[in-house]
Amino acid sequence: MYKYDNYDQAMVDARVAEFRDQVKRRLAGEMTEDQFKPLRLMNGLYLQLHAYMLRVAIPYGTLDSRQMRMLAHIARKYDRDYGHFTTRQNIQYNWIKLEECGDLLEELASVEMHAIQTSGNCIRNISSDQYAGAAADEVTDPRPWAELLRQWSTFHPEFSYLPRKFKIAVIASPEDRAAMRLHDIGLELVKKDGELGARVFVGGGMGRTPMIAPEINSFVKADDLLSYIEACLRVYNRYGRRDNIYKARIKILVHEIGADAYRAQVEEEFAHVKALGIDPPLAELERIAVFFDLPEPIQSEVRHSREGGDPSPDHSIDAIVQEIDSRLRGGDDWGAFETWVKQNVKPHKAPGYAIVNISLKPIGGIPGDASSSQMEVMADLAEKYGFDELRVTHAQNIVLPHVAKRDLYTVWQALSEAGLANANLDLISDIIACPGLDYCSLANARSIPVAQKISKRFGNLDRQRDLGELKLKISGCINACGHHHAGHIGILGVDRKGVENYQLTFGGSGAQDVSIGKIIGPGFDEDGVVDAVEKATEVYTRLREGEERFIDTYRRVGLEPFKEAIYG
Amino acid sequence: MKLLTGNDLATGAVTWWTGSGWSLHVEDALDVGEAGEAILHAEEGARRVNAPYIIDALPTPEGPRPAHIKDRVRALGPTVRPDLTLKPADPAAGDWVI
Repeated sequence: MYKYDNYDQAMVDARVAEFRDQVKRRLAGEMTEDQFKPLRLMNGLYLQLHAYMLRVAIPYGTLDSRQMRMLAHIARKYDRDYGHFTTRQNIQYNWIKLEECGDLLEELASVEMHAIQTSGNCIRNISSDQYAGAAADEVTDPRPWAELLRQWSTFHPEFSYLPRKFKIAVIASPEDRAAMRLHDIGLELVKKDGELGARVFVGGGMGRTPMIAPEINSFVKADDLLSYIEACLRVYNRYGRRDNIYKARIKILVHEIGADAYRAQVEEEFAHVKALGIDPPLAELERIAVFFDLPEPIQSEVRHSREGGDPSPDHSIDAIVQEIDSRLRGGDDWGAFETWVKQNVKPHKAPGYAIVNISLKPIGGIPGDASSSQMEVMADLAEKYGFDELRVTHAQNIVLPHVAKRDLYTVWQALSEAGLANANLDLISDIIACPGLDYCSLANARSIPVAQKISKRFGNLDRQRDLGELKLKISGCINACGHHHAGHIGILGVDRKGVENYQLTFGGSGAQDVSIGKIIGPGFDEDGVVDAVEKATEVYTRLREGEERFIDTYRRVGLEPFKEAIYG
Repeated sequence: MKLLTGNDLATGAVTWWTGSGWSLHVEDALDVGEAGEAILHAEEGARRVNAPYIIDALPTPEGPRPAHIKDRVRALGPTVRPDLTLKPADPAAGDWVI
């Protein structure tokens, strides 16, 4: 994991002191709310329905046990004993007091964390693949690049007042686990003739105008990448629609002038920017990359596997199950453990290790919420069994990326005791949901109660597993923080004359088969949308062929059979 | 009827204008009639409230009830966490919200 150097720490400490003073002046009446609001937003502090809300950055979703314990401590001391992990791989606290913010941020800074640039029209937290460094299919670990982009974008003077907020994702695998093409800029690190570079996608996003980012460049060499991204931002900063907030995102610019014209502008700007010497020397990237080296025991396993071990190791889950200590098989809890392994554990690039997904989606629970004590359990497990690393996923779950297979049972037992062994990863109850009208001042309808009802309706795990991968995502307004556009089934809450109403969309995906869901027809009330989802699953189970997922069947047969079943 | 609501500057808590001060409980809210704007500016200027605004509400025997669902949720607290509302011991406290 990256560790702050003296410059990093000094910058964050200075910002804490500055904001502490700004809060003091606001409380003393030396600043109006109009003057103070942009300052608090630059420090991640919103005013929501019930209180101030603080969004804390978790760079590319990576944190260590010390930091996770601090998040638990913050929840316990400054909030109401819980936090909400978000689709931006961050955490939000819903009950923050302005008068305590200085102390809170100082405690966060003591573990190299902050809330800077988690709001405002700037470059936000860089997101990435939650399996980075552990995934068998990656060409390199994307996090050193994400970290480089974090350093470049933090306090970037030219990009602190963009036309609108700006989100960047970096992945390095053909399987997209970060909704990369639904970002303002999506980078897929690839190798071409042995050389590392990136495919660059620009102009994706969700919100009221969902768009899939077109490919702007099929290969930008690694040592040109920062200059190229700078050029992408400069063109946006120059031509982005500052006159209309609804048309201010880069996706609108790229769409309006066309990808070819945008590409031409970027190339022209790149020729200029490249001469400025922005790209860091290779040594700097190598300095950063060292922080992300795999722990030595895992590195030696990977080396052994590549040099003399099994030339084509079996990365399947069945292989993992087969390798688990046979003495466990007779136990009363074997069935539950085996199901959890099959559903929530993923293969690791090192043969002796596995990736553990901790679902924050208990049946009937609030998606993404974790109590202080649950955060501490996850921190303890990371420290004891996971080389001190945790990840936050854009699906609002937590990952222990490096767990020895021999420790899986112990980890599962500890998670079970903490209510964290929900074996529903990527199933219909693994729902992404924004805070909705229960917390958010922008929302038009509540998201969480719908998620709770759906997860209860499909509470039977066998039924869920029979349905297979089914990504259901709920947003409480058109801003789409709950990624409903990218749901195999998406739900959008709207306000119909003061009454909550829910529109259904089918066919979205945030993965490598990226697509935007389409509204299927008139909306429903809260119970009606749950019924409609159930009817859709019944159509799927009737029509599916072979190993088809819900979205595969939908794409093959089209909307009509679903519509007929739902609307009659 | 019209109510004046906002958030406490220091704590962020939802507050309601009572005629003489601010209360956490919507039941204490007073109809501000046409005087809302003047009270709003005076109270905001005195830093006794943050981000105040005027809402429509209906009088009921139990006290005023905001007309819009968003303000009813503000008045109660999150509907999905009764333990975090102003009346955590009363499971029926939020029945009027939705």
